[in-house]
Amino acid sequence: MTVDEVPNVRTCITPLKENMKVLEQDRVGEIPDKKFYGRNKKNIDSDIVIVGSGPAGLMAAISAAEQGVPRILLLDENHLFGGQLVKQSHKFFGSEEEKAGTRGIEIAFELIKEVNSFKNIKSFLETTVIGCYNGKKNHKLVAVKRKREGDQLIEINCKSVIFACGAMENMLAFPGNDLPGVYGAGGVQTLMNVYGVKPGKQVLMVGAGNVGLIVSYQLLQSGVNVNRVIEIMPKIGGYNVHAAKLRRCGVPIFTSHTIKEAYGKDKVEGAILEEIDDRFQPIPGTEENIPCDTICIAVGLTPSIRLLEQIGAKTEFIAEAGGHVSIHDLSMQTSVKGIYVAGDSSGIEEASTAMLEGQLAGISAAAFLGYDKKAEKLKQGCIKALEGFRSGPFGLKPKICKEKIACCWNGGINY
Amino acid sequence: MEELIIKQYEKTGILSLSDLTLPTEEQLRKGVAIIECVQEIPCDPCVAICPVGAISIKDINDTPKIDFNKCTGCKRCIGICPGLAIFVIKLKDDKAFVTIPYEFLPVPKKGEFVKALDRRGKPRGKGRVVKVNTNNKTAVVTIEVDKDLALDVRNIKTD
Repeated sequence: MTVDEVPNVRTCITPLKENMKVLEQDRVGEIPDKKFYGRNKKNIDSDIVIVGSGPAGLMAAISAAEQGVPRILLLDENHLFGGQLVKQSHKFFGSEEEKAGTRGIEIAFELIKEVNSFKNIKSFLETTVIGCYNGKKNHKLVAVKRKREGDQLIEINCKSVIFACGAMENMLAFPGNDLPGVYGAGGVQTLMNVYGVKPGKQVLMVGAGNVGLIVSYQLLQSGVNVNRVIEIMPKIGGYNVHAAKLRRCGVPIFTSHTIKEAYGKDKVEGAILEEIDDRFQPIPGTEENIPCDTICIAVGLTPSIRLLEQIGAKTEFIAEAGGHVSIHDLSMQTSVKGIYVAGDSSGIEEASTAMLEGQLAGISAAAFLGYDKKAEKLKQGCIKALEGFRSGPFGLKPKICKEKIACCWNGGINY
Repeated sequence: MEELIIKQYEKTGILSLSDLTLPTEEQLRKGVAIIECVQEIPCDPCVAICPVGAISIKDINDTPKIDFNKCTGCKRCIGICPGLAIFVIKLKDDKAFVTIPYEFLPVPKKGEFVKALDRRGKPRGKGRVVKVNTNNKTAVVTIEVDKDLALDVRNIKTD
């Protein structure tokens, strides 16, 4: 969308302001020369630019800084660093080295503190990268920084870019899905845990993956009633421990159930659910009317790869990745030299592996520029840890995803 | 590859006693931790925090195994478990002391009576709060219930 003449803006995460002009876009927007013509444009030269400050971006910045890269620039379009970490009030799984048992928000604070301790990392918030171009020697990024006195255009010349742009929530098609009160589960989590706003009083959660289960539990913690969780698959997708937490609070979970429609006059007043058979066809006579004022959709994520596409990185559709992803080698480098990817942008996974991929990309980008302090050994450590995370049953999907990416990278398409 | 048979708890989210490794009555009288973590999740903080080495794991994706003879029921694992899946049970005469992780407000106070809930969230009677500890914002609450409820009560509700 175009907001106040700035193109390629994700409106769902842009704070609302009075008299804001929001327009739809049907293709990548052009740089708004007119708006910024004659205004002081800022030029920045940098070695490594990191787009996105979630777990992958923060770790990428820290590990590149540790390698001694002199000029690192960390950009994020939100008003807080940390990406999704800042709203994760639950303790993380994993091993001690990956900060297991620590809450996501605490991990974010620790990492942000570490980023701030490096003199070679410069960081900008509320800065959206709206275009990127690939030159012969340098890469050029165009960004807009939202400032109180008006937006400022920033032109960045750099040698390497790490895209850690995360992902976007999937929507579900059903009649009434445009009624106010139908939310993405991640959006609800932001409202509750970042802004302290209750999304409603009575919630229907659609999707029993970890996101659906965790957000349901956090809704209960915020004093919001969760009527039930429904899941179209025959089994719960998330961890049993998350499901068990909800069940012992009295929240039922119905597998093989789907939402037929949402209804309401001006906002959600309820939903019609139905049971489905093993061929995902509705079973007649199983319709159930559930009164609720909020419907939360937690049906997966799609990697954000717009900027990677624009810079010319080769992409492939990989179902296990959650959609199109830019393919990359073991060091997280894409098909464009000096351009790296990490975290959900390279296939939907979770925060611990995003941190490891960020670390890997940061070390690799630094080595690419000639800053190499035992880079190969550190990289092997990250790769080994990633393999560990992907060796259990819940790591199967990302494991297949990364195998397919490796296959594409090597020129094969017959995966 | 993935198993085609779907286990009951994968449909409901509720574990039954047959899914768990349970201690003997004698071990329960001493007071031991019951780990309700049956899936291979890459996670191991319970192993690291156990002061007597009673919890072990083959690799990070393995499920934790507990040696009830070594376990002293010290409750440290309750507050660290990211899945809130560890409970300590101690039997005394015809009563059971059930210690659970609890992440809701208000945190109950010692001496208060609370509703004792089972794995389904169904009230199974009243429990008296005998001890409350907080560790990393997860309260660790011990309640006293009837001995028969020792293996069923897994949550509480304040009025």
